[in-house]
Parts: sequence; structure tokens; C-alpha cells
Amino acid sequence: MITVNGINKSFKVAKRTAGVGSAFKALFRREYTDVAALSDISFSIGQGEIVGYIGPNGAGKSTTIKVMSGILVPDSGTCSIMGYTPWQDRVKYVKHIGVVFGQRSQLWWDVPVIDSFELLRDIYDVPESEYRGNLTLLTETLDLSGILHTPVRQLSLGQRMRCELAASLLHSPSILFLDEPTIGLDAVSKLAVRDFIKVMNKEKGVTVILTTHDMNDIEALAQRILLIGKGRLLYDGGVEDLRGRYAADNASIEDVIVQMYKEYQIT
Amino acid sequence: MKAYVSVFKLRMANGMQYRIAALAGVATQLFFGLIFIMILVAFYRHGGAEMPITLPQLAAYIWLQQACLSLIMLWFRDNELFQLITTGNIAYELCRPTNTYGFWFAKLLAMRLSSAIMRCIPVLFIAFLLPEPYRMSLPPSPVHLILFVVALILGLIILVAISMLIYISTFITMSPTGSLLVFALSGEFLAGLTVPIPLFPGWLQNIIYALPFHWTADFPFRVYSGHISAHDAWLSFPQQLAWIVILVGLGMIAMRAALKRVVVQGG
Repeated sequence: MITVNGINKSFKVAKRTAGVGSAFKALFRREYTDVAALSDISFSIGQGEIVGYIGPNGAGKSTTIKVMSGILVPDSGTCSIMGYTPWQDRVKYVKHIGVVFGQRSQLWWDVPVIDSFELLRDIYDVPESEYRGNLTLLTETLDLSGILHTPVRQLSLGQRMRCELAASLLHSPSILFLDEPTIGLDAVSKLAVRDFIKVMNKEKGVTVILTTHDMNDIEALAQRILLIGKGRLLYDGGVEDLRGRYAADNASIEDVIVQMYKEYQIT
Repeated sequence: MKAYVSVFKLRMANGMQYRIAALAGVATQLFFGLIFIMILVAFYRHGGAEMPITLPQLAAYIWLQQACLSLIMLWFRDNELFQLITTGNIAYELCRPTNTYGFWFAKLLAMRLSSAIMRCIPVLFIAFLLPEPYRMSLPPSPVHLILFVVALILGLIILVAISMLIYISTFITMSPTGSLLVFALSGEFLAGLTVPIPLFPGWLQNIIYALPFHWTADFPFRVYSGHISAHDAWLSFPQQLAWIVILVGLGMIAMRAALKRVVVQGG
């Protein structure tokens, strides 16, 4: 379903030392360093999997998600998702995916949530009956009935995140990319989001790729994890195997991950 | 197509929420309209020589400027779009199956129209009640009125196409201030919003007629007052259409180039 092969992406970063002197020098000659955000990333993911994508800050998780959702064009490498190359067939491809960026919002700030939903219905050209069905299911599982007619600016973060999740599933995508969907949420909202992801995966067969720093998300959801550090893919395998490899049975998943980061020297 | 109509409608509904802003706008526009006409009246009283445009025609020119402010001013902008680009929220825009140029175009059209609808009627209503020489006059015939509306709509499309270039330039500069200032100041001057174009010296008028800006404001306003005859107005529409094709084409090419090298940072 998803095959990523040898993806590379580097960013140019302007560099200079502190102080007025070097700021003046930079007026005439600016030095850039190439930072490799992704180097030679390859993996494949099958239909209906839930894959946790983890790694420390700045490891390249979000960059990978952005490449896979057609936003960024990589420097080299191939990627085939449902037969499409995301950054080439962008418009045709994105109909089949849903994306949630935990730190951004796709809802219109000043209007009720339902207005944003109806706009998305028209953007994705979802047939009315399918839209009704999806909306009912999402309203029930995410408990949205009380907040659909509230302007987004008056929602709490947890309420908003539930609406963001619903917004990305209105067009029945087959793949869902979640970039830190639980960031900043309280315990109750986190559990709600996790349950919801499980339900969507089971009932609708949605393939889920999620990045997070909360290892409990991974433990609750993912059968498989991909670990990335400094732009390289370091581990690809089951969550249970990890536990066997790194720690005693009673260790928390958090400990296991810390051990792992240490071993790969990516902290 | 449905997506573009839908975003147009939602942006209209969104824009019409801001009632107090509209009220403040009406007061400001009345004030500026009066001041500009006062200056021109003084100028005409002491000018002596034969004037290229009559005072009532000029009053109509100024009042239409004030009433249609949001349809003709380049500084009237959608800050949300600038934020989208500079903060990286454009990520969401890019994972939609729509043409980003068309989507933004529809949004900008709706923003300008919703603002104009709320402001133009009260401003014009009061301007019609004022004493001479400040009074707004009717067009010489209903034909002029229809031609004016057509010219204004075509002019609005030209204006939004120009403003799209400002938004696209933000992909490169990362700050809207520079291009806004340059475009807004020069555009305003060249559209006759600082000094009415008939009062310019001949050589400058020739330069202005070779540029697209005067089609957005000066041309429709002079059609209204009959300063440009119905016959000449008819003959000018192809030129407006040609500018639309050129500017929209240019914008689409620039947008495609900008999106190819877009970098969505952070998150």
C-alpha cells in the first residue's frame, strides 16, 4: 500500500556566529550549511496497519509525513502510495488521505465547526449520503454533538483536536497521517483520541501512520514502530520485540525508548 | 468547481460577521471623501484654466472610490493568507484536492465583496443627500450604469489577480510588508486613487494607460460619470479581459514554481 524507497531531503540553513561583526559580514556573504533532514529512508506499510513513527525532536518525523502527504518534494528517492507518487499526482492523490497536524489547525477560526465541515465536504466532493453517514459516525464516536455549532475560537484544545480528527475523516480516506495528534491534551482527551483511532482502524480499515512523543500512544495503538534519528531509519519492528531486547518485563515503554535512544546515540 | 463556490460562500458569510468594522469603515470613508472633494473644489475654484473633467464628474469619481474601497485597494488584504505562508499552515491547504491558486482567488474575491456590500450602500446613500458640490450624481443614462458594473467586476478580477502576486511573493520574502508597500503605493497612484488620472499631465497618462492598475478603479469610475463614453467603454472591455488572462496566467505559473520549492518548517 505504501512503499517508500531511498528518500533524501536536505534543507539549507543560514549560519553565522553571534554579534554585530558577523551580522555585518553576512550582509555580503552568507554561509549556508546543508542539513540532511532525511537520508535514505525506506520502508513499506500494508493495508490496515497502525504504525507509530517515533524519534526525538528534529529527527525528521514531520518531514517524512509531509513528503508522504505530497506537501514537500524530496531531493531524491521514490514513494508510491496506492499507486500514486504524492508530490507528482498531488491533487488526485490527496483525495485518498486524511492528515492531522497536531500543532496546526484546519478549521476556520471565526465560524462554527459545522461550516468548516461543510466546506470540506464540497472540497472533497463527498456525496451527501456518505457525508451524512460519516458525520453521524464521527459525531457519536468523538462526542461532538454539543460543539458542532460553536465557533472554533471558543473551543478548548481537546474539543478542537476532536474536531480536527473528524475533519480529516469526512471524505472516508483510506490512509490517515497523524502528526502529534495528542500534543497538549489532557488524559481524558488523549484516551478519547486513542479509542477513536482504534475504532476507525477496525471498523473502516483505515491505515494509520502516527508520530508522537507520548509512548503511551504507541503502546496503546501501534503494532509496529519505526524509529528515526538524525534523518536515518534506525529500527523497524514490533513493539513487543523491543521490550524483549531492551528491558525487563516490568519496565515502562518510556524506559525502553530511552534505552533505545541511548543505544543509537540520537539524543 | 463546487469547492471554489463553497469557499466563496463561507468567506462571504465570515466577512459579513464584522459589523462594527463596517460601521467604522463607513465613517472613515465619508470623512476622506469629504476631504478629497474639498481639496478638489479649492483647486478648481482657483485653477482658472479649462479643466479636463467636470467637478460633478470628479465628485462621483471620489465617492465611488470611497464606497468601493475594498474592491480597489491593494492594501486591503487577507492576513490569514500571509500567516498561512509564513507559519506553515499552508500544509493543510496543500493536502486538499484543489488548485491552490483558484482556491485563494475565490477566498479573496469573497473577502472584498463581503466588505464592499456592507460599506458601499451607506456611503453612497449619504453621498447622494449631500449639498452641491459635494453631492454624488447619477450616471448620464442606465446604459452607463450597466457598463460601469461590468467594468468594475472585470476591474475587481484584475485587482485580485495583481494581489495574488503579492501573496505569492511572500513565499520568497517570508514577510508581506515589502511587497505590500511597493504594490499598494505604486498601485494606488497608478490607479488614480491619489490624484484622479484625468488631472495628470499627458505623458504620465500615457504611461498609466499601458499598465493594468487604472483598469481597476479609474476606468469604471469614469464610465459611470460619462467621462468615458459608452462607445469607448465597449471598446475597452477586450483590454480588461486581456489583462485578466495575462495576470492570472502569470500568477498560476508563479504559484506552481513557488509550491515546488516550498519548505514547511517546524511542527
